[in-house]
Amino acid sequence: MSLASIPDPNSVLLETRNLTRILPAVVPVTLVEDVSFQVGQSEFIAITGPSGSGKSSLLYLLGLLDRPTRGRIFIDGLETENLSSTDLAQLRLQKIGFVFQFHFLLPEFTALDNVMIPMQKLGKLTSGEQRDRAEGLLSDLGLEDFLHRRPAQLSGGQRQRVAVARALANAPDLILADEPTGSLDSKATEQVFESLQKIVETQKTTIVAVTHDMDLAARMERRIHLVDGRIDYDRKQ
Amino acid sequence: MVLLLRIASTHIRNRMRQTVVSTLGVALGVGFSVAMASLMEGSQRDFMATLIDAIPHVEILDEQRSPAEQPASLVYDAVAYSGLRPKEDLRGIRNPVEALASLRDWVDGNMAQRLTGQAVLRYSGQDLGMTLIGVVPRSELAVSKIGKDMRSGSFRDLDVTSNGLVLGNKAATRLGAELGDTVTLTSANGVAKRFKIVGMFHTGVTSSDEGLAYAPLKAVQILLEKPDVINTIAIKLADIGLANDVAARAERQLGYKAVSWEEANEGLMEAFFVRNIIMYTVVGAILVVAGFGIFNIVSTIVHEKARDIAILKSLGFPEHDIQQIFVLEGLVIGVLGAIAGSILGFALSSYLATIRFEFTTDVEMTQLPIHFSSLHYVIACLLALFSSGIAGFIPARKAARLNPVDIIRGAT
Ligand SMILES: Nc1ncnc2c1ncn2[C@@H]1O[C@H](COP(=O)(O)OP(=O)(O)OP(=O)(O)O)[C@@H](O)[C@H]1O
Ligand SMILES: [Mg+2]
Repeated sequence: MSLASIPDPNSVLLETRNLTRILPAVVPVTLVEDVSFQVGQSEFIAITGPSGSGKSSLLYLLGLLDRPTRGRIFIDGLETENLSSTDLAQLRLQKIGFVFQFHFLLPEFTALDNVMIPMQKLGKLTSGEQRDRAEGLLSDLGLEDFLHRRPAQLSGGQRQRVAVARALANAPDLILADEPTGSLDSKATEQVFESLQKIVETQKTTIVAVTHDMDLAARMERRIHLVDGRIDYDRKQ
Repeated sequence: MVLLLRIASTHIRNRMRQTVVSTLGVALGVGFSVAMASLMEGSQRDFMATLIDAIPHVEILDEQRSPAEQPASLVYDAVAYSGLRPKEDLRGIRNPVEALASLRDWVDGNMAQRLTGQAVLRYSGQDLGMTLIGVVPRSELAVSKIGKDMRSGSFRDLDVTSNGLVLGNKAATRLGAELGDTVTLTSANGVAKRFKIVGMFHTGVTSSDEGLAYAPLKAVQILLEKPDVINTIAIKLADIGLANDVAARAERQLGYKAVSWEEANEGLMEAFFVRNIIMYTVVGAILVVAGFGIFNIVSTIVHEKARDIAILKSLGFPEHDIQQIFVLEGLVIGVLGAIAGSILGFALSSYLATIRFEFTTDVEMTQLPIHFSSLHYVIACLLALFSSGIAGFIPARKAARLNPVDIIRGAT
């Protein structure tokens, strides 16, 4: 743990304590080791580090897709260690949105459908409200003309923005992004980055984004740098 | 659920050709099994109807189920005697009037008393061995279909002609006898009596047409020297389903062996049972094969859609949702196949019902007996759904257990 100022405990959204993930094998592989930090509401955090330093692995743990070998994860104060896989899925549905490096949209569904699917699963809104919200999210990301296109009919940047809209579908508290701009050119990168920044400002959503792009990392409030699965430094900037 | 079904249907729509082939597999299985079942049940019912029409539903015979205890064994048990002569027992149902009256109290149906024996028929120097049945014509007509089999003369004339005789047309032809002729019947004890032919029948069963004759009960009792004795009570029930119960109760009440048509045709019933088992085994086998087709397509989809599975999991779909999606895919194919198969089965059995055959033999069957029953469709469809559900379930379980992290890593 480092010099970063600890956020106000009342607004802690995400906390890890001594998080460790070791892949069992003949020669066990340590992906993440002894990672502890706290993240407050509406923070915009960069996770950086050399290739193979465990950034993606950490993100999968934070997103409850993978389970730690040791250590704990609290989401909104809720200890996740003993939750069933169904409970974890429900937590993901309500509180977490993912954006991966490649678009990861469902290829048979239109942009609008892709954004609506998490809402349909959650089932809190009427179908009319779902449609309105999905259209609004896509329009905010400049995609109002592409609502009914399928992923194959969209550019890489457009797809990535659809993925961002989908991550926002159920108004999650936390968005986890793994190199969201990794496969985009500088213009598309700028578009996606700006939309993320806007989300943090307007929706009080916390974003934890893995990035290789040092310029982008420099523009975020806080940076956690990993080396060999351990936190090298964690600082506000 | 609607959402899962929507996702499932996009998956199978993407593999149209394979889906159509698997659906056809199920449809053929269901269609053929429906057609086969309707033909089998049709022929079984046709056969049973003929059988039940022709034979009494319950027959009370002049026998006991176990041989009567011999006096010696009653006195000295656990001792074996050899050379003892069994006590002579004059066979026959004694006091038939009383027995019939006691049955009439509770049996809902018609009854006829019979005395059956052997006699030799002689006419114009020719002899013919005959089974002679002494009957009360009116009751006999109520329990058997002999009335329908009459070709010439009248069965009812036995009522008015005390020495009347009704015999099979083949026997008459062999002897060269005609309606109105007088023939002689001789019993095994040598008693001879003259009878007048008042009717001829044709049943289509050669042994009856050649060797069976009916005469008034009184006349036969005299010929066989068994006054006031009968050896069979035949009962035609209003409800044939009660045959076993009626037989059991009659046996307890009268002490004579009473046989229901089901017991009398036990071998036949077993044969039908075995036949149905064989049929449904074949149906099951067809549907298992159809199930393999479904298993194949769902497994392929699971493999192809691993990435989508990872996406759905990362979005917060729990494992059982993922499993349901793929079980639904199997079931959708199963349902489509079952619907198509039911239509096919109906068309097939309707067509079979129209085929006509020309037979020259006496047992006429001009058309395939098809029995339409919704039960055949229900059974075939349930089997199809069961097999497609299982076929979908196995790959679906695998899909639910896929680790999203492995897939996401593999894809990026
Ligand atoms: N299934 C696995 N088996 C063996 N080693 C693995 C496995 N998954 C990941 N690793 C290793 O774990 C380490 C961390 O991987 P991770 O994907 O988290 O790195 P990363 O920081 O995201 O790298 P990059 O910037 O290249 O995406 C790497 O050295 C990787 O080779
Ligand atoms: Mg990575």
